[in-house]
Amino acid sequence: MEFKEKLLASHLALEEKVDLNDSVHQTRLESLKTFEQKGFPSPKDEAWKYTSLNAMVRQDYALFPKAETTIEIKKVKKYFLYEIDTYKVVFIDGVYSPFLSDTTHDGLDVCLISAALSKAKYRDLINTYFNKITNKEDSLTALNTSYTLEGAYVYIPKSVVAEKPIEIIHFSTGKEKALWLQPRNLIVVDKNAQVQILERHQSLKKHDVVTNSVTEIYAHQDALVDYYKIQNDLSTASLIDNTYISQEKNSNVSVHTFSLGGKLIRNNLNFYLKGERCHSTLKGITLLEDRQHVDHYTLVDHASPNCESHQDYKGVFSEGSKGVFNGKIHVDQLAQKTNAFQQNNNILLDDKATVNTKPQLEIFADDVKCSHGCTVGQLDEDALFYLRSRGIPKKEAKALMTYAFANNVLESVELPVLKKRINKLIAKKLGVNLGFDL
Amino acid sequence: MLTIENLHAQVEGKQILNGIDLDVKAGEVHAIMGPNGSGKSTLSSVIAGHQDYEVNRGTMLMEGEELDDLSPEERAHKGIFLSFQYPIEIPGVSVTNFVKTAINASRKAKGLEDMPANIMLKKIREKSALLEIDSRFLSRSLNEGFSGGEKKRNEIFQMAMLEPKLSILDETDSGLDIDALKIVANGVNKLRSKDNAVIVITHYQRLLEYIVPDFVHVLFDGKIVKSGTKDLAIELEEKGYDWIKEMA
Repeated sequence: MEFKEKLLASHLALEEKVDLNDSVHQTRLESLKTFEQKGFPSPKDEAWKYTSLNAMVRQDYALFPKAETTIEIKKVKKYFLYEIDTYKVVFIDGVYSPFLSDTTHDGLDVCLISAALSKAKYRDLINTYFNKITNKEDSLTALNTSYTLEGAYVYIPKSVVAEKPIEIIHFSTGKEKALWLQPRNLIVVDKNAQVQILERHQSLKKHDVVTNSVTEIYAHQDALVDYYKIQNDLSTASLIDNTYISQEKNSNVSVHTFSLGGKLIRNNLNFYLKGERCHSTLKGITLLEDRQHVDHYTLVDHASPNCESHQDYKGVFSEGSKGVFNGKIHVDQLAQKTNAFQQNNNILLDDKATVNTKPQLEIFADDVKCSHGCTVGQLDEDALFYLRSRGIPKKEAKALMTYAFANNVLESVELPVLKKRINKLIAKKLGVNLGFDL
Repeated sequence: MLTIENLHAQVEGKQILNGIDLDVKAGEVHAIMGPNGSGKSTLSSVIAGHQDYEVNRGTMLMEGEELDDLSPEERAHKGIFLSFQYPIEIPGVSVTNFVKTAINASRKAKGLEDMPANIMLKKIREKSALLEIDSRFLSRSLNEGFSGGEKKRNEIFQMAMLEPKLSILDETDSGLDIDALKIVANGVNKLRSKDNAVIVITHYQRLLEYIVPDFVHVLFDGKIVKSGTKDLAIELEEKGYDWIKEMA
């Protein structure tokens, strides 16, 4: 049986796990139909031209693993921002781990979507937000929706500033040889509220794990959301991240994506600017080696006037790794005075790595400032000479230059402890021995 | 210390240096002057080992060892320092961290351990005071958003930290106002000793009022056409380079 068939057939097993009367079950069934019709994307689809899932979906995966819900803390401590106090929503092989989590209902909700789906007091919120900004035509999103079971639910009420960052962490243990995970996150940030969220997926040992995740983020008027995605998984782990962000008037949302490890990563990042004077920031550092593959597919939909969006993606590729960047900016006819900027710069460290980069601008308003630029190149020889003339050997000089190239994306990271961590991670990956504290 | 004989060099097939002879001894300051395009910056790049320049005749001996066989970093380890006319920017790497990296790279090449943090710190304080650099400046990204004067001061700060045997200052005076020029010159003068040497490359005599050379050489068309004392620099300032061109 093909994996697609298995997904369709196993949906009955899901029905035993969920409340068939919960408010979203109809949505699950409709989405399953969409997936049944569309199937997995193929390289024939323009949006998947450079990223093939064929090999991935030819394989079989467990869908409902028997999970152990505890792991020794010392084994996983390093994956948390242990230096500071945080809220935590942690899953092990897709199942909630109360032991590793630190949730709250005290002034804000940081909990589980399974709870939000099943409890009457959340019904209005779920009806208002669940699956409302997703792309209904997208088969992978539909697949995730059809299997909606578990994930993080975050609600920050009006004018509340979450005083601790929220960590959403998914561990996979490797107990299943091959595992398919589909977490579903819903994040609602009400008027004038603020939150910082960090998401990571981490396998604890090498095994074939694919995560097809969907996250919806609603930023209401004057809300401030900083979202950080840490993608530094083992070389056997793949991730398809579908993130949808809706912004109301004056809201400010930033998403930083650090793609430092994994087998195949596809980031479908969609911003819908629905109110005036929104600010959107999309930044990424991609640092790959071996046969790793990362595809950033961004959409910024300027549907209102006077909004500003900034995209800055940096990529460093070596040893047969492959990078793809497709950045689409759509400016609606109504969206006058739009400022939309997009930059994608890449360095190829050797001739075995490849990058495909494609900006797509669709502009229907006449009074706008839009710019895009993409570069693919090598390190600047004059700059290398400068470093070497100071006594720094060629190899280290190259590493230092590469580090400097990628590093400035970190300037907009508002969490100092995270900034330091990523900084160190990048330095380590590049073999920069700077001999000092970063 | 540095003995250059009949040095010929080219870049991208274009012959720039056409037989340079230069002998720099420890304790000396040499000024190399000349009009634009005479080969001044090429000479400094060739000594420091820029890969785009090819030496096609002649020798460059640093303390008896042929430089042409050495990489730029090996030349730095031997004590050659080039203050760049256009220093490059390195975002995300602070001045302090860059200098530490450079110092420890040289120490490693000599088989020494990293410089202990307290000694490094003391040295940074001492040398930054010499160049009137404050601590905020040291934590900024290297050369990023620096003014022309800040870049040059930072070059001399690196020189002070690395303590080279032979320093080549390539147009260090360009883009400096008189106050910055005095600070930079004062820094260079304080670093002078009987054991090190300086080559000052400049278009104008102005810098040489503050860093007084023992010898002045005039470069034209890739050759040293006249050598003399500091009075030659004054003469050039008064008469311009035309008479040199005619002489050549």
